[in-house]
Amino acid sequence: MSNPVFDRIRDDITSNDVVLYMKGTPVFPQCGFSAAVVQVLTHVGVKFKGIDVLTDPSLRQGIKEFANWPTIPQLYVKGEFVGGCDIIREMYQSGELQELMQTKGVSTNQAA
Amino acid sequence: MGQVADRLEAKLRTAFQPEALAVIDQTNEHHGHAGWRESGETHFRIEITAAAFAGKSRVERQRLVYATLADDMNNPVHALSLVTRAPGE
Repeated sequence: MSNPVFDRIRDDITSNDVVLYMKGTPVFPQCGFSAAVVQVLTHVGVKFKGIDVLTDPSLRQGIKEFANWPTIPQLYVKGEFVGGCDIIREMYQSGELQELMQTKGVSTNQAA
Repeated sequence: MGQVADRLEAKLRTAFQPEALAVIDQTNEHHGHAGWRESGETHFRIEITAAAFAGKSRVERQRLVYATLADDMNNPVHALSLVTRAPGE
């Protein structure tokens, strides 16, 4: 079954190493949870593509179905869903997020 | 506790028989934010410890909780912050 929104999502998450589906933009987040993930990624020093779901209702709904995850933000690394705000924050605090980036070959500003 | 919090707690107790469970209404901390409503009970934090989470990833654990509360997600619940632990963690 082909869903044009899913095709677009697949395209975005495979053509960019790190993608954050969020409310608002990295510069002007429209939600505290999205802002928190932007802050974490900035701290880790990872380049990412922010995609604003508020500009597109079909994407806002589609991304929830795509990941089987009912909330936004959603972080993808190398095409794989990693988690939402709570998970990213926990992984950052424990160092797992930085580890994941290194394992996946995504460059960060932190020494190994 | 409000009606929504009571309902969330009842559903989680039935589904997980948790060792520990706290459903915290944080709506007041989000006054005026997106999704906030005058009626309250839109923003929650849930801390749950249950055997069902043992050996599961964070994503899998949260999916289980979301699935249990699916009927309440989006309406009335706008935001849910989750801490999921297996016993002993």
